[in-house]
Formats: sequence, C-alpha cells, structure tokens
Amino acid sequence: MIRLEKRPSPSRAWTIATPLVAVALTMVAGSILFMILGKDPFAAIKTIFYDPLFHPDFAAFSRPQLLVKAGPLILIAIGLSMGFKAGIWNIGAEGQYIIGALAGAAVGLALYPAESFLIYPAMVIAGALGGWAWAMIPAILRTKFRTNEILVSLLLVYVAENILASAAVGWLRNPEGGGFPGSRNLSKWASSANPELISGTGMHWGVVAAFIAVILAYVVMSRHLLGFQIQLAGQAPRAARFAGVNPSRLVVLCLGISGMLAGMAGLFEVTGPAGQISIDFNSGYGFTAIIVAFLGRLNPIGILLAGLLMALTYIGGELAQFMLGLPAAAIQAFQGMLLFFLLGVDVLSNYRIRIGTGKAA
Amino acid sequence: MKLTKILAAATLVSGLATAAVAEDPTKVGFVYVGPIGDGGWTYQHDQGRLAVEAAYGDKVETVYQENVPEGADAERVLTQMALSGADIIFTTSFGYMDPTNNVAAKFPDVKFEHATGYKREHDNVSTYDARFYEGRAILGTIAGHMTQSNKIGYIASFPIPEVIQGINSSFLHAQKVNPDVEMVVIWAYTWFDPAKEADAAKAMIEQGVDVILQHTDSTAPLAEAAKTPGVIGFGQASDMAEYKPSPRVASIIDEWSPYYVKRVGEVMDGTWENGHSWGGMAEGEVVIGEITAPVPADVKAEAEAMVAAITSGEYHPFTGPIFKQDGSVFLAEGEVATDLQLVQMDFYVQGITAEIPQ
Repeated sequence: MIRLEKRPSPSRAWTIATPLVAVALTMVAGSILFMILGKDPFAAIKTIFYDPLFHPDFAAFSRPQLLVKAGPLILIAIGLSMGFKAGIWNIGAEGQYIIGALAGAAVGLALYPAESFLIYPAMVIAGALGGWAWAMIPAILRTKFRTNEILVSLLLVYVAENILASAAVGWLRNPEGGGFPGSRNLSKWASSANPELISGTGMHWGVVAAFIAVILAYVVMSRHLLGFQIQLAGQAPRAARFAGVNPSRLVVLCLGISGMLAGMAGLFEVTGPAGQISIDFNSGYGFTAIIVAFLGRLNPIGILLAGLLMALTYIGGELAQFMLGLPAAAIQAFQGMLLFFLLGVDVLSNYRIRIGTGKAA
Repeated sequence: MKLTKILAAATLVSGLATAAVAEDPTKVGFVYVGPIGDGGWTYQHDQGRLAVEAAYGDKVETVYQENVPEGADAERVLTQMALSGADIIFTTSFGYMDPTNNVAAKFPDVKFEHATGYKREHDNVSTYDARFYEGRAILGTIAGHMTQSNKIGYIASFPIPEVIQGINSSFLHAQKVNPDVEMVVIWAYTWFDPAKEADAAKAMIEQGVDVILQHTDSTAPLAEAAKTPGVIGFGQASDMAEYKPSPRVASIIDEWSPYYVKRVGEVMDGTWENGHSWGGMAEGEVVIGEITAPVPADVKAEAEAMVAAITSGEYHPFTGPIFKQDGSVFLAEGEVATDLQLVQMDFYVQGITAEIPQ
C-alpha cells in the first residue's frame, strides 16, 4: 500500500528537484502526444528545446529572442509572486499590462513628434502608473468593501481589452493611417523607441528592467521587513496580525507593485517588440506570467529561470509548428502539461511516500 | 584580360548556383491569425495553400503556422520562417502589416505577400485583397427581396474602409430592390468571437431584423438565426454549408487559390514583381455560394444575372448616382467609384441612419 505522509517541513532537495522532474515528465508525456500525432517525438523534443539555442540557421536569431519573450514574463511574474506569497491573488496582470501600455503610449503620442530624451522616461513612468492605478481598483474594493480580488482583477481584464479596442480604432488611432485601426508606430519614432540595446542580444529596456526586478525582489524578500511580512502573512495570517502586519496595507502594496510591473512590461512591449497599440496588442503575457511565477516557485531566481524556460517552449514550439507541422493546439497542450506536472510533483516536496502497511494514524 | 576571365567564371558559377537552387522545391510559408479549423477566414487561406500544393506537386513545399498573434510574435514567426529558407511568405491578416514590412527589410531575397494591408515599404513586399463589396451587392439584393419586416442587420467587425464598403454595397443593393428597407448595424469589434456575434444577432432579431448579414467569421449568427423561424442569413468567408438550405440562403466565399497559385508560379519562374492586387469576381476570388430554395426563383435569377454582370465588368456595384449619408454627392449619375475612393471610404451612404463609430 502506498501512503502519503506529510513532512514536518518541505524537503529542500525536492523543492529544487521538482521543477527538473516536472520538465522531464513533460518531455516523456509530450513525446507520447507527438507520437500519437504521427510525428517523430525525438525530433519534436529536439526542435522545441535544442534548436532555438543551437540550430545553425536559427540560433543566432532565436537565442536573443528568448530574452525578448522572457523579459515581460519575468517582469510581471516577479510582481505577482510577491502577492501570491502573501495570499493576495492578482489574476488580472493582463489588464494592468494593457492599461500600462495605453497610458504610456498616450503620454508619448501626446508629445509626438517632439524629439527629447525625456519623453521615454516619462512614458515609462506613465506606464507604471497606469498599471498601478488599474490594480488599485481591486485593491481598494477589497480593503474597503471586502470584494474578492481574484474576480475583480480578472474581470477588469475584459474591461481593459475593450478600452484597448476603443483606443486602437479611436482615440489613439494613427491619424495618417488611412482610417485603419492601430496607433502610430512607437518603435519607429526615436523619442519613444525601445530598441535593442546591444545588437544581436535581444536586450531592450524591458529585459533590463526584468533583471533589476529580479535582484530587487530577491533583496526585498530575503532581507527586508516587507519580505518578512509578506511571507508571514501568507503562511500564518493570524500570527502576522499579532506581529503588527496591517493586512490592508499589504493588499494595497502587493497589488500596487504587481500592477506597476505589469504596466511597465506593457509599455516596454508597446514601444519595442510590438511597436504600436493595436486591437489585439495583448498576447497573454499577463496570464502566462502566472504559470511562470508558480513554475519558478515564487522565488525570484526561480522565476528568472522559469521565464527563460517558458520562452524556450514558445519559440521552440513555433519552430516545431512549421518545421514539423505540429498543430498549435499540441504545443499549447505541451505547455499545459508542464504546469500540470509541476503541481503534481509538488506533492513530493510536502509529502513523503511510504510503501508498506504502516499503521493507521 | 585576366579580370574578364575571372568575371566570366564568377558569372558561370553563380549561374550554376542559381540553377542548383532552382532544383530545390520552392518553399512557401503561410502565417494564419486563427486555427485552420475556424471554418471561415483562416480555413479559406489554408484551402489556398492546399491548392498551391495540388498545382505544383513536389516542386513546392508549403509550411504554415496558425494562431499567430498580431503583434511582436508575428515578427519572430516571420523571421524564423524566412530563416528556414522560405522563398515566399503570405501573411494573412491585417495586423501583420508592420511586422511583414519590418522582416522584409531584413530578407531582401524573400518575397512577402500581405493580405488586406496597404504598406509596401520594400521591393519584396506585395499586398493583396479581394473585392468583397462585389459579393455584398449580391447578398444585399437577396436581402432586400427576402425581408418581410423591411429591417436587415449587418454584424460589422471594425470601422475600416473594407467593412464600410461592404455595409454600403449591401445597403445600396437592398434599397434598389426595396426602397423601404432599413439597416441596423452592430459593431462587434472582433473578426471572430462566436459569443459576441451571437449576442449581436440576438439583439438584431429582437429589434425585428429578419435578414442578417455578417462581416465576422463564425457561424454563431447563423446558429442564432436558426432558432427563430423566418430569420435568414448568409455564409461568410466560407460556404458554411451546414446551415443549408435555411437559415443560410447564400454565401460570400473568399477564394484565394487562384491568386496563391499564380504568385507562387511567378516566384518559380522568376517573374514575381511587387504591387497591389485587388481581385474580385472576375478573377474568381469572390464567389457566391449556392443560392438555396427559400429564395424564390426570380430573385435567384436576378442575383445570378448580377454576378454575371459584375464578372464581365459590365456592372460596378458603386455606380452613381450615390449620395453620402449627409446628402452630398458621392458619385454623379453614371460615375463609377475609383479604387482610391473605395479604399478611403469612411462614410455611410444615404439612407443608413446609424453613425460610424469614431
């Protein structure tokens, strides 16, 4: 008989090993899926995990793209992880990402076509404020009216999407675009462009911001009182209250930080890789970042690695689609497996497997 | 002397190299905004891809990628496709306009074809579109005859010239056969969202609309129409034959195959040139699907006569006199709209009471 026995404290070894085991299991289950679809599983796994990094034709392009794709995921996930640790569930980063991009782009476009090195910083600040303000709606509704921030933040994503559509076809539309939806191209106007900083690396301001966020989050979570309060509030809310943690303040802070980072991610994206506000500008980074945060075990370094891994499955998945003719849905299922196995294997870090007839508790 | 020899040798070698490249199959890439199983827009483009394979057999190799978001991801997908050795890439959604031009700048030897856009910033970028307004004229004619309540509805996607052309063309031709007709326009702000499209159809039916036209790609409006006796609609982008014979009484089909086969052929024999193609019924790019039994024979005959007239070039759906909504003259008696007037169309014609959202 197999039983699960709760460990007194989570196993350190398993905490580190579970993501690796989950990736390995995903590869095995993915191979079976690809085999059922009639594709060579080894070729598929190689195309997804190896080719973006080392393929002679693609790698020079794909490797920097890893950073481009991982940058916003990491930046958003870092913000989310702080709240998640404290038991504050911001599911609406996608909406904050959109509003951040809109606010930043609006500030920039209001100044078009001025040439000044001050415009870009102003846009970044506007983007951060936009995301922050959008996150303040669930924060204040929760602290004042005790609404559920999961629902409010999620539903505000759909509100944000409609504001985005109205901006793209209306108030931010390119006046020289012949009536077509979409704003001016911000990446082609020097004052608002977020270019590749070092040629051939994919490094842009958003990636730089993501790295800074990782370091700051690491310091805050391990060295700062706020980090301690966040951990305590998540693990023992009652104890936290006795220790003088103000839960309302923590909600406002955590939602504010995650909203701000998501807003900045949106701004870096709209001025760089995306280039313009369009109807479908958001492409799910805010939701994928939730997976990245958990895949990284809510730890800043873990999130950095998880973001890069997720980016690899996206870019490798695209390659597999057109090189091997794998359907897009198979790639999405493959990414879903990754989270599924991670959560499944997670049991091992909190529980011990006992085999045999041990006595009933 | 020596130099000329070297040059001659170099020319010979490069000539051989070109010949060797020509032996390889021509690689054709397609980038899709939706899944190939959407039964509408992307499905029709994929049918075009299959037509290219059927036409050239093992002389071509086609690759495609579905569900590519219209933003930063599109640029990466295009770059990877170009790096993988594609000779020509079709990008099949309006939102790929800037990514297509950006990537084209980096790969001057790869040909790019962008559907429904207008930017051709490089010599290796072409744009192509279809004259959907020609098909809308037919559907409008049928709608004008078929409506009992004299209220027809139009589920619109985005207020861009292509969609406004469709609304105007439908309304003008409905009005021509039924001067009392009114049109209700609902903007869904999406190309494909079954839930939103169903809501729009429901709202129209509640307002008394009994003929629904749509410029969105799902079958949801037809499914909604099927629930209410007496309400009909049309297939959009693809035939949507599963709703035959009613509520789907006809359809407007996007047929990209002739264009794709032609352009890939031009790449193969080296005659490809950039430009803008705007084919319609004459080129076989806009096709009216079977007109089913609920439509009376005389109406069907009238619709088919109009298809013939448009195909032969005898009739243009935008022929004056046509007035703008505000009463000013758009086209004088007998005047035919120019392509430039069409691609800039940002107003409703007289008789539509709604306003274009700004």
